[in-house]
Order: sequence, then structure tokens, then C-alpha cells
Amino acid sequence: MKAVYINSVGSISSQKTFDNSSFLDEIISYDDNIILAVDPNYKDYISPANSRRMAKGVKMGVVASKIALNEANLDTVDAIITGTGMGCLKDSKKFLSAIIDNDEQFLTPTSFIQSTHNTVGGQIALGLQCKGYNFTYVHASISFESAVLDAKLMLENNEANTVLVGGVDEIEDYTCSLHKLVNHIKKEKVNSTDLLYSKTEGAVFSEGANFFVLSNLKQDSSYAQIVAISTYNTLKTNITDVANTFLKENNLNIEAIDLLVLGNNGDVTYDRFYNELSSGIFENTQQVYYKHLCGEFNTASSFGVWLASKILKTQKLPEAVKLNDIQGSNYKTILLYNQYRGENHSFTLLRRC
Amino acid sequence: MDDLKQELKENIVEQLNLEDIAVEDIDDNDMLFGDGLGLDSIDALELIVMLDKNYGIKLTDPKEGRAIFESIDVMAKYIFENRTK
Repeated sequence: MKAVYINSVGSISSQKTFDNSSFLDEIISYDDNIILAVDPNYKDYISPANSRRMAKGVKMGVVASKIALNEANLDTVDAIITGTGMGCLKDSKKFLSAIIDNDEQFLTPTSFIQSTHNTVGGQIALGLQCKGYNFTYVHASISFESAVLDAKLMLENNEANTVLVGGVDEIEDYTCSLHKLVNHIKKEKVNSTDLLYSKTEGAVFSEGANFFVLSNLKQDSSYAQIVAISTYNTLKTNITDVANTFLKENNLNIEAIDLLVLGNNGDVTYDRFYNELSSGIFENTQQVYYKHLCGEFNTASSFGVWLASKILKTQKLPEAVKLNDIQGSNYKTILLYNQYRGENHSFTLLRRC
Repeated sequence: MDDLKQELKENIVEQLNLEDIAVEDIDDNDMLFGDGLGLDSIDALELIVMLDKNYGIKLTDPKEGRAIFESIDVMAKYIFENRTK
């Protein structure tokens, strides 16, 4: 079986992450319950003729993938695998609204074509003229992990040498209003730095796209090796047992983990899963979190993988992500854990190249 | 007729999201497809729906659109002669 490497990254988030030459040098702090991605100049990457039908989610996905491909010096890849929890919400809403507003008549094709979950993967493939394997996983908050797992299996078995993998989700106003009604979005505005002190239900919602070129060919510029990834829809036991089993399967003990990357989102009901690990078996492990920077969305964990990849490559840990006071300096093995509302848990293990 | 042409230009720019094209940039005789505005087959479907919704004109044969959508001038003339609302 071949090893799988992260050879390049491309990120669009509510931080200025689209420039790969910097790494969270400047932190944008928010005081809100919904935060939007910082837009790069999309016209630098997509012609007006091609972008005029693209909603923000598609633009973010296409541009993040171009950033990753540019960094990997690739014109195309063997496969494109995308993860999205909610797909192209803006065009879905536009199309469905038109059905209601026009009494099921006068339906135009553009928003329908652009509303499917695989629009992002399709547009990336069209741009690259890539006719290889193209798949989109829509598995709620393990959509991105499912995409990575598929790519990992392909690369390990040498069915492909380069795979573009990414997670993308966009904010849409009406969907957000529904999430607010059921307290999935916090009622009050929360300052980024105070997110984990929040004592209320719900999360700060956001959007973004994080794409990676994965390969079974290591380069000098590779970010990390993806050692293992596991997903769990629901837990049959506590998260501590699941973490121990995951480590055991990978012949690791807790001391082997140099850094734990947690997906805490400040939801008073569900952060207990993270707290169980951070104050339990990983009490003496250095820990970081990131959803105060990028917000919560179904594929927010792809930002976590972006963060961990950057840490492994640069060996720098931005002050803004530190969760505890334990100091580390030599980051070799990073474990990521994420879950959303008590379901769709995932562990991802990255190792320095 | 001039008002109709202006209305058509505004609707085309807005509904087809022609980001880099202003209403003033479109001449009455500019080709809408091909070398002109560069509209494509998806835009043609959008225009067929627009004719139905705004002017009550149903194009039963999409091939008719090729001639009707030649330019703003041709389109306005066709709408003027066939509109039901």
C-alpha cells in the first residue's frame, strides 16, 4: 500500500487564508453569529464569462482548487473528490423560490443547473477539462472526511497518483433563518475570542472552501502524510474509548500525539465531547482549536486539516489557536477530532513528511 | 419601441448576470450570440422563459429562437408584433 501525502493546499475562509505565502499572520476578529468568507479577487482566477452563473460557494470551491493546483504545479489531476454538507444553497433557494413565486411556471435553467451538490466538482472538472473520476460526498459534517477517505483508498491502491480533494459550503440567508429558529445558530452575537466561554446553545455559522492536492508521490514541498482517517456516525461508547481504539489501530499511544486539533464551536450542549478529550486522556497534550477563526459549517473540519498541514510544514503555531498552555516545538504527529451536534465524529491523523 | 428595447437590454443584463456588460454597451443591432454578446444555449433557454413570462409569447419550437434572438432590434420587433401581455 502506498502512503498518501498532502502536496498542496488552497483555502478560502473567514480569515485571509487564500494567500499561501502567509499563515494566519493577521487574525480577523468577529463579533457576530454568522460570519462570511473573505473574498479573494475572483476575477484573478475566473473569467467573467465563466463566473457569471456561479454563486459564492462555486466560486470559493473553484478558486480554492486553483490555488491548490497552482501550488502543486499541476494543470490537472487524476480525480476530483468534493465534500459538501449542504451543496449550492443559494441557487437551490433561488430555484425553489421561483417555483413558488411563479406558480410552478416559467422555471429558468441556470439556478437549477447550478443548484446540484456536485456543481462545484463539475465546474472544477470543466475548467480543467478533467474527465477522470469525479465524486461528491454529501454526508453532513463528515462530507469532507468521506472525500478524503475515498481519495486515500484510491491513492493507497495506486488507482490514481494525484487527487484534488476539498470541502465547501456556503451561507444562505433563508437557511440561516431556519437554523436560528431551532437554535443551531446562536441567538446572540459572540466575539471570536470569547467563543469557548459561551454558555448558550448553537454555533457561529460560516462558510468556506478548503482544497488539497493529495498524492502517493511525496515532494520536497509536501505538507504532511495522511496516516489514517475514521468516521463514526453515532457513538456506541464514549469518545475516550473511540480515541483510544483509533490510536491503538494505528499503533500509537497518547504520548505520541504532539498536538490535538479540536473542532470546538462553543455550543454548550455539544462541546462536552471535546472537553472529555481535552481534560481527559489528552490533558497533557498541547491542544489547538480553530472554529473561532473559521466558524461552523458542515465542512469546517477541512479548515482544521488546512491548519494542521500548515503547522506541520512551517512548524509554527499561531498564538490565536492555542487552547491550553502546554508548549510544544517539534510537531511530528497531529490528531484532529471533530463532531457536530453529537453526531458524525471523525479522527484524522497527520504526520510530518 | 425604444422603451421596449431599453427594457430588453436591462432584463438581459440582469437576468443573464452579464457582470462586465452595461446596458449602454449593447447596441440595437449587436449580435446577441456568437461574436456579439457571446450568449450561449443556456442563455437561449433563459430568453425563451423571459418571452413567456414577460410578454406571453410561447415559443413551441426552440429553433425559432435562433432567428428571434439575433439582436435587440429583431427581438423587440418580434415581441411588438406577437405579445399577448
